[in-house]
Amino acid sequence: MTKRILSFIFAVLLTMSFFVSAETEYETDISYYEKFKDQNITINVYNWGEYISDGGDDSVNVNSEFEKLTGIKVHYTTFASNEQMYAKLKGEGTSVYDIIIPSEYMIARMIKEDMLEEIDMENIPNYALIDDQYKDLLHDPDNLYSVPYMWGMVGLIYNTSMTDEEIISWNSLWDERYFGNILMFENPRDAFGISLARLGYSMNSEDPKEMEEAAEELKKQKMLVQAYVMDEIFNKMEGGEAVIAPYYAGDAITMMDENPDLAFAFPEETTNFFVDSFVIPKGSKNKEAAEMYINFMCEPEISAANAEYIGYSTPISAAREMLDLDEEIMAISYPSVEVIEKSEIFRELDPEINKLMDKLWTEIRSYNESANDWIAPIFILSLFLASITIIVVRAVKKKRSVQ
Amino acid sequence: MTRSTKSSRAYLYVVFTFLYLPIFVLIFFSFNKSKSRNLFTGFTLDWYRQLFQNEMILRALVVTLAVAAIASVCATILGTAAAIGIQGMKRWSRFTVMNFTYIPVINPEVVTGVSMLLLFTSLRYFLNFNMGFGTLLIAHITFNVPYVILSVNPKFRQLDNSLYEAALDLGCNPTQAFFKVILPQIMPGITTGFLMALTYSIDDFVISYFTSGTSQTLSIAVYSMTRRKVSPEINALSTLIFAAVLTILLIMNFKDIRSENSKSGLKKKGAERI
Repeated sequence: MTKRILSFIFAVLLTMSFFVSAETEYETDISYYEKFKDQNITINVYNWGEYISDGGDDSVNVNSEFEKLTGIKVHYTTFASNEQMYAKLKGEGTSVYDIIIPSEYMIARMIKEDMLEEIDMENIPNYALIDDQYKDLLHDPDNLYSVPYMWGMVGLIYNTSMTDEEIISWNSLWDERYFGNILMFENPRDAFGISLARLGYSMNSEDPKEMEEAAEELKKQKMLVQAYVMDEIFNKMEGGEAVIAPYYAGDAITMMDENPDLAFAFPEETTNFFVDSFVIPKGSKNKEAAEMYINFMCEPEISAANAEYIGYSTPISAAREMLDLDEEIMAISYPSVEVIEKSEIFRELDPEINKLMDKLWTEIRSYNESANDWIAPIFILSLFLASITIIVVRAVKKKRSVQ
Repeated sequence: MTRSTKSSRAYLYVVFTFLYLPIFVLIFFSFNKSKSRNLFTGFTLDWYRQLFQNEMILRALVVTLAVAAIASVCATILGTAAAIGIQGMKRWSRFTVMNFTYIPVINPEVVTGVSMLLLFTSLRYFLNFNMGFGTLLIAHITFNVPYVILSVNPKFRQLDNSLYEAALDLGCNPTQAFFKVILPQIMPGITTGFLMALTYSIDDFVISYFTSGTSQTLSIAVYSMTRRKVSPEINALSTLIFAAVLTILLIMNFKDIRSENSKSGLKKKGAERI
């Protein structure tokens, strides 16, 4: 009982400290933002985890700034992957979210399945601030459903104290000299993308033969790979436990801050260019308030604060100019046109290809060159036999002791 | 000291190190200046300060604690009532009901989670409600009830049936007999059940994941950080929770020891008088 009471007091104390937060000043059209003041509206925002400036590290707490400015409450929750978010939305039937921030290929799927509301750009004056190169993209050619939030590219992060070579190609991820020192993406889309690009195919290949070939290469690579990682990469690279890994440029900058030996390079082959954008799902009850939120997030000051906190790149050049970046970081976050032109944006794949990719990925992950196919069944069978023997022996013993 | 006690003590230390080392590593890194979980760059309390400003984590914590508290209280009441009912049943129906109680416990959590989700979404065709705190709470009560039944039930088996009749004979009405005689006897079982329900509720990820809708428990919030980076604020929070639980345990144990001491003291006095 005491445990419960104490934990309640604890919780209340924690809640009270909500209200301590940093003050910031910015110039905006206040009258636009006051439309919903005192109407007690709440919007549900569903974003990636750790993907907003939340007041940590003396940054701006973007959500509470928005609440202060507009009087709209933000109910903010997070997801770990596009697929997880999609599964949740599908599972729950009609959506209760007002804003979601998926990546481009998932937006394409959601548009195809009629899950998204058209956004009224009239309500988002700041849409004009977004650079043209992030508009009219493949997944949303007429800019009807999405407003870009952050973008980035995939490249190679490596430890300069552990290799003398200048890393310039995906081939380094298959280099036997780095045996046991290579990390690889834990999600099939990124892993297959790299394998396909290395073979000179499109990262969006829908040819089953090319997929099989990419899978063969990934199987070959598995021997050399230390681990398939997502967030564990931060520890491993920062701690010098691995030499080379592919990852998102924005996160690479975070890692380089912690460990000065780390460097980042874009491969000479194709790499992935991604855009995470705001969308409003069907079922949103506060569409206009959601659009106001999107507009707020496109304020240069806010976008700059987010970009600075997350480390990813903002699609708003006015925001980029506010960031005080040195040349090295600039070259990673905002690479030259040549690098961007070589890159490829993920398309939503044919469902059959998606299925094939999942199947091949499972094969790769459970693949073991030295292991025999028979080991697992034999192991299970012997366990089964052992348990039967034990039961029989015990029954016999019992009988004897009764006699 | 003989060799066997020495080695058994060493074994004990190994086991405890194994259990507690991860927690101490976590506590250690909650004071780390850098975000890294490898290098200790200096002492700081910054993560604690930031934790108290991180609305999302705090809200998740409040949801977790509130769900755990309400769900375990409800489950304790429901489960105790069910255990009383089961106690009064005939042999075969009791056997059947008890087996039905075991199934949800043995059932993998994913199955419970998905079936709850399906139930809620199909109910949403008829009723207008959103997935959120309510559904989360219902799901938690559901998976908690069997634990309470299973921990209260054995207490009834230990109970002498004639106790209740004796209470009635000595002038209690049935309500009094239950509250004054039966309830104190089964109280340890109820407390165990309540604590089990509470811990399972706080721990749960899988079932919450499917049923939480727009509300978010702590476990889900932490999971969602895994694509980028689990923030050291979580280390700070875990440290605080660990410290809170530890203090409560220590206080309770001291109380126990004291009451045991006073009891044995009384016995001694009584013996002297005789």
